[in-house]
Amino acid sequence: MGVLPALLCLVSWSQGNGHLRVGEPGKVAGKRNAMVQVRIPVMVDKGFHVNSNTPAEDYLIPLKLVFNPGGGLIGGDVVYPKPTLEKYDFGDQPLSVFTGNFDLVVKFQVAPDAPAGPGVKVGKLRYQACDNKACYPPKTIEVSVPYQVQ
Amino acid sequence: MPASRFPALIAAILVVAGCLLTADCSSETVKAASVKPDSERKQAPEFALKDADGKLVHLSDYRGKVVLLDFWATWCGPCKIEIPWFMDMQRKNKDRGFEVLGVSMDDEGWEVVKPFLADLQVNYRVVIGNDATAQLYGGVDALPTTFLIDRGGKIAAVHVGLASRRDFEDGIEELLQAPTGGGITRAAVSGQLVAR
Repeated sequence: MGVLPALLCLVSWSQGNGHLRVGEPGKVAGKRNAMVQVRIPVMVDKGFHVNSNTPAEDYLIPLKLVFNPGGGLIGGDVVYPKPTLEKYDFGDQPLSVFTGNFDLVVKFQVAPDAPAGPGVKVGKLRYQACDNKACYPPKTIEVSVPYQVQ
Repeated sequence: MPASRFPALIAAILVVAGCLLTADCSSETVKAASVKPDSERKQAPEFALKDADGKLVHLSDYRGKVVLLDFWATWCGPCKIEIPWFMDMQRKNKDRGFEVLGVSMDDEGWEVVKPFLADLQVNYRVVIGNDATAQLYGGVDALPTTFLIDRGGKIAAVHVGLASRRDFEDGIEELLQAPTGGGITRAAVSGQLVAR
């Protein structure tokens, strides 16, 4: 694949705005009842952070990925990366955040009655971003994971 | 020095000492770097939003006062730093024609805002904002975003993100010391909004 098509492909897969983007998920394929997992790349803009899935303060909105029920994949437990503790101008205590590029790993089981063939599992990623001086409204973006039941 | 001048000299020394000790020298003129000259200020857009008691609050209700208009949200860390400053400023300047007006941008509304205000014992009025209000003020996205509005209802300063307390205090002082303007008139402003 040439540089331009690869770039277009990446752009077409990148979902989200508001200082965070979601890249193309890895390939998911499996037989009925099989356990499968997928890596979903997430990119946070330089100079920004998003609260981790376990923020240090109650009032902060955690990053959370939830998949809609139904379809050929069931479950959807998310393994979040280890957050970093960062100190910002607006707080005395360090905050539990994600910055830069990281992956969300999602574990599914192929449903016992899943029809063979392709499908798409859809979820929602909610997050809230800040920089060192300001915070931005929480966003929810759709995350689509294509899969193949063998 | 003639003895007759001593009383005047002593009086002058006492005045200066008093000013230095109390930091309340009425002749002191504060000039805040962030405050625009009067000729560059634009009218603050009018809005009507509901407060915690369900009462409709118009910006024009504050005609003749210096207003600190703070767009904030409960999930915003930098906002939590500034709110106690604003409470102090409200306490110190309320009797001088100054008011803080908070505009919460929480989508969940009073359900999350009321407990937050109670927890911090916020002493100024807060209304729930909406996207339309934010658009009127330039599409407020980053929080906190704070506007200092002069007695004539014009935007004298804007702070996007966490600013320094001193900037706010100097700006408020400069606007309070300025000659009284004409006040906000509802007829003079455009783009009125009614709370959702």
